[in-house]
Amino acid sequence: MLKLSGKCKITLNVNGNSYETLVRPADTLLEVLRKQLGLTGAKAGCENGDCGACTVLVDGMPVKSCLMLAAEAVGRSVTTIEGLKGTPVQKAFAENYAFQCGYCTPGFIIVCHALLAKYPEPDDYTIESWLQSNICRCTSYQEIKAAVQAAVMETRARQ
Amino acid sequence: MQQAADTRIRRDAPQKVEGKAVYNDDRTPPACLQARLLTSIYAHAEIKFVDVSKAYTVPGVRAVVTGESGALLGSIIQDMPALAVKRVRYFGEPVAMVVAQEEWQAAQAAKLIQVEYNPLPVVNSLEEALKPGAALVHPGLSEYRHAVNDVYPEYGTNISNRTRIRKGNMAEGWSRSAVVVEATYNIPQASHAYMETRNSRARISPDGRIDIFSASQGPHASRSHIAKVLNVPEGSIVIHAPFLGGGYGGKVNPHPDFLAVMASKAAGGQETRVSFTREESFFSCPCKIGAKAVVRLGADRAGKLQAYKVDFFIDSGAYADTSPVISRAAAADCAGPYSIPCIECDSVSVYTNHVYTTSFRGFGHEISTFALERSMDKLAAALNMDPAEFRARNALRECDYTSTQVKVTLSNTGNISACISRVKQIMEWDEGTRIQAEKGLVRSKGIACFSKTSTSPTDAVSTAVISFCSDGCVNLNCSVIESGTGATTALPEILAKRLNIPVENVYMNLEVDTLNNPEHWKTVASMSTYMAGNAILAAADDAVKQLKANAASALRCGVQDIEFDGKRVYVIEDPDSYIELKNLVYGVKTEQGNAVGGPVIGRGHFAMKHLSIMDTETGKGKTGPYWTAGAQGVEVEYDEREHSFRLVRAVTVLDAGKVIDRGCAASQVSGAMNMGLSLATREEYQYAGNGEPKDTSFRTYKVMHYSENPDYIVEFIETPNLGGPYGARGLGEHGALGMASALAGALSRAAGVEFDSLPITFEAVWSAVTNKGRQAKQ
Amino acid sequence: MIPFDFDYYVPDTLKEAADIYGSLRREGASPVYYAGGTEIISMARVSNIRPSAVIDIKNIPECKGFGTDGARLFFGAAVTLGEICESNLFPLLGLAAGRIADHTIQLRLTLGGNLAGTIIYRETMLPLMLADASVYISGPAGDREVPLSDVFSGGKRLSPGEIIVRVYVDAMYASLPCVHVKKSRTEKLGYPLVSLAAMFMDGSMRSAVSGLVFYPLRLRDTGIKNKQSAAALAQQLFSEAPSPIIEDVNGSAGYREFIFKKTAENAIIHFRKL
Repeated sequence: MLKLSGKCKITLNVNGNSYETLVRPADTLLEVLRKQLGLTGAKAGCENGDCGACTVLVDGMPVKSCLMLAAEAVGRSVTTIEGLKGTPVQKAFAENYAFQCGYCTPGFIIVCHALLAKYPEPDDYTIESWLQSNICRCTSYQEIKAAVQAAVMETRARQ
Repeated sequence: MQQAADTRIRRDAPQKVEGKAVYNDDRTPPACLQARLLTSIYAHAEIKFVDVSKAYTVPGVRAVVTGESGALLGSIIQDMPALAVKRVRYFGEPVAMVVAQEEWQAAQAAKLIQVEYNPLPVVNSLEEALKPGAALVHPGLSEYRHAVNDVYPEYGTNISNRTRIRKGNMAEGWSRSAVVVEATYNIPQASHAYMETRNSRARISPDGRIDIFSASQGPHASRSHIAKVLNVPEGSIVIHAPFLGGGYGGKVNPHPDFLAVMASKAAGGQETRVSFTREESFFSCPCKIGAKAVVRLGADRAGKLQAYKVDFFIDSGAYADTSPVISRAAAADCAGPYSIPCIECDSVSVYTNHVYTTSFRGFGHEISTFALERSMDKLAAALNMDPAEFRARNALRECDYTSTQVKVTLSNTGNISACISRVKQIMEWDEGTRIQAEKGLVRSKGIACFSKTSTSPTDAVSTAVISFCSDGCVNLNCSVIESGTGATTALPEILAKRLNIPVENVYMNLEVDTLNNPEHWKTVASMSTYMAGNAILAAADDAVKQLKANAASALRCGVQDIEFDGKRVYVIEDPDSYIELKNLVYGVKTEQGNAVGGPVIGRGHFAMKHLSIMDTETGKGKTGPYWTAGAQGVEVEYDEREHSFRLVRAVTVLDAGKVIDRGCAASQVSGAMNMGLSLATREEYQYAGNGEPKDTSFRTYKVMHYSENPDYIVEFIETPNLGGPYGARGLGEHGALGMASALAGALSRAAGVEFDSLPITFEAVWSAVTNKGRQAKQ
Repeated sequence: MIPFDFDYYVPDTLKEAADIYGSLRREGASPVYYAGGTEIISMARVSNIRPSAVIDIKNIPECKGFGTDGARLFFGAAVTLGEICESNLFPLLGLAAGRIADHTIQLRLTLGGNLAGTIIYRETMLPLMLADASVYISGPAGDREVPLSDVFSGGKRLSPGEIIVRVYVDAMYASLPCVHVKKSRTEKLGYPLVSLAAMFMDGSMRSAVSGLVFYPLRLRDTGIKNKQSAAALAQQLFSEAPSPIIEDVNGSAGYREFIFKKTAENAIIHFRKL
């Protein structure tokens, strides 16, 4: 049985790198990523699981890192926005004005990336239900919709 | 020089899509101390005592700060202590602050502070605030200092400002009015819901320099505000403001910055971070105004507006902040984009024990637009006229006069009629505005117009400085905050166009610090492109003048004989005789290796011109440099069985003067439309009987999400604004203004009941329809 | 950011879990069982709960996995709502689970957490009630399989120290015609004003609803192959609901009544067409 108590050392696998870090068992994954590992791409927006700005991938699936303990991520593979580069989703967000202030963007991109990894040709219902998980206050979402469609096309073209 | 629009991306795109864009909190150093707040659990109470001793028992706690008499914040009326002193005036008001090594320690310690309150009567609505003998939120209103001259609080009441508009002879106006409608409209307070919550850090150096790192829309204004309150030289404060995670007006007030300075001071000057949780963003940070409007609007038989009486009551919450100016803005533009010969308007900002309010996208125009546009619909119906046609008939034209008696030109208001007719085309208005579809569904359309100017200080300024690299690249230095508007994309385009150089050769500061970047009023009021753009044009012209001066001596001719084409300065009569840009930027090199003329530094500024303070009796005066006006439409599909509806499409056609960057401009407008629809359909602060906000997280306070949106259609008319850079007008807020009215129009038409209050939730529709049915039976 | 410390345990067996829970309690500590963590973290952040230890049950084999032995379906308590939706093992359960919170959160929320948590809606209970599910519970009083309704009917909850290990459903229910409709204040997200799950079985509609009262409510089975109008049947169903009907920021009692009746009526009409 694993037990963590007080400040303790854990090893996290993030973006393919192994990080040894000191955490409190009560620290959320979001806090540890940002404060301990300096990976500030995931943002705190509500710390209540409602906005999605902190979304990262854990074993390939989106997780709101404000509602997961860092301790739970031990032995699992975490991917943050910093771990994505040149993906079709990122290109599409850049080209479709799918962000304004950009604060929610890492979360949206992570969700879209996971969606297309699982369903390269998602139907509208699936896109909607996945993307309902995040809030964007700046755009009209129409730009994000266009980006998702462009990313689907791009993914298809790259295959 | 412009690239094709489809391949261009925003300048901030690469870092924003890779998670590398740096927001304020991304730079918090590991050793930074952390401050957390204890906030009031009463909406109105005396503070009998605060006992902080238990807070110190938590390990890591460095200091506990409580309110001190004296230093009051307020950009208009200085009425707000940074931490409550003797009295709390809203639920959520910060009472004390704990500074600790770790944030969780500060939060834990804050819970251990004991406060004893003596509850006072709660002013829980506009009505309660205005009734005779009302409890006073600020009994000492007459003692406050004012930061501006044009604010007129009414002592002994809860009114913090009054603006009057008196235009034309009302008696005559009414006598010419064959049809008159009367109504009362209400809009609730709402949250800015910026995704990045407010946060600020400060440190104080031994030499007295105060560095503030802030998520701010107005670092220069904050610097000056804080310096005055602290009574220190403005130059000793340096505010650093990086990318902003949304602002919409909500990150102008300097409260977090001031708290951070207090916290750092308490911790011996060490860098200390103050941040607000999402819940605190709802109840401890200023929100959007609530408002009520009481309207009487009349037109003659031919459908020409004749008289308009409107009173606005702005629920400013517990502190004035910018609400006195917001109430003025609502009054100043009360007639919207219409020509109305006789106007009588009183607009007051009113203290209540609600969360205090500040600027928000729309700045008072959300209530003035809703009140007028809803009334326009009703008047059109009473006249048996098409609502779009009725609006077009009354649209401002050249030589009309606005509410504040400014003469209208095409340049200062654009072409409203063209916007209306284009919206009609896009909406297929003539196929019908209420179409019965199958299965109890109704497709229905609504239309609204809007018009807004800045209501800025009469002396608001912007500055730009441009310098060059040795290879001819240009550095653009100005102080517009990139809050998502695309200013850092559009402004380099303005410079590149003026200098006739590729936009890629322009490098602009993406963040602002007040020591190194020159004065810019604030990144607000949809004025950045206009103000900074004009400053940039002036700076570009100044630089070209210097480049030519440098070249003239080497080319052995006068400056009148040479021209700059973006790459070189050449002799007009002999274009083969030229000097390349890169050989001019640091002066012209002589054969001996000296530089003659020196480095080129282009300086440019813009200051608001010809604005005037409104006359206290008539409101006459010019409150902004121009208006941006347009028309909007909303189409809904209404379900007659369940009284629910689906947003089908939303349209904006806006006279932008000149579109600088189409992608940025269109997405600004569609984003504002989304916000407008979100406010119109779901957002509101609800207060319990004791003045406690009921709804303080995104769990229950829902903003619009991905799948709930209509199709957005945005188009521009381009009637040049002669004072704007390349003819441009500002457009950041305007897309939000008419959405609620157009939606309410569509739904009123669909459901057969009038919707005069926001938000229009499904339940609100059900309730209105059911009540009407009940009344019909009686 | 959770403003206090707790210890974190990941037992590998049910016995380990029970032992550590028991010994912590004897020491005067306040442990809680932890699965998806969403509710515990969000409540701890605002100090609504202050456990001194959390015991993560996600590594206990009996709590993991889902499947069937032919006659019965089983779902481990630590199975996520996302997995339940995707498996489509029990379609009505998938439908209800797929409308709780949002998709990303569904990948963390667990069946056990939704059933045993403090949230009043607990929408996964609706299909399980209709299917007369049973739960396997482990606790200080020993392990036992009991009807779900015995443990959770009305506002009832687990006793301290008890955890749900598995949920069992007769496979027959998975193939019955069913509907799930959720209505919230805004269009799609948010707490339910009405979340109605219904099955059609032997000429009658079995239904259960969250959002009307402060717990998931199993409604009386209603014969629908008769001459009564769907609206009248819906009215009858509503009239049997206990009071008070919830009235809060999301919606008034009157509106909930209206929405419930429309939703029930639509469900009846739907089943009548079969």
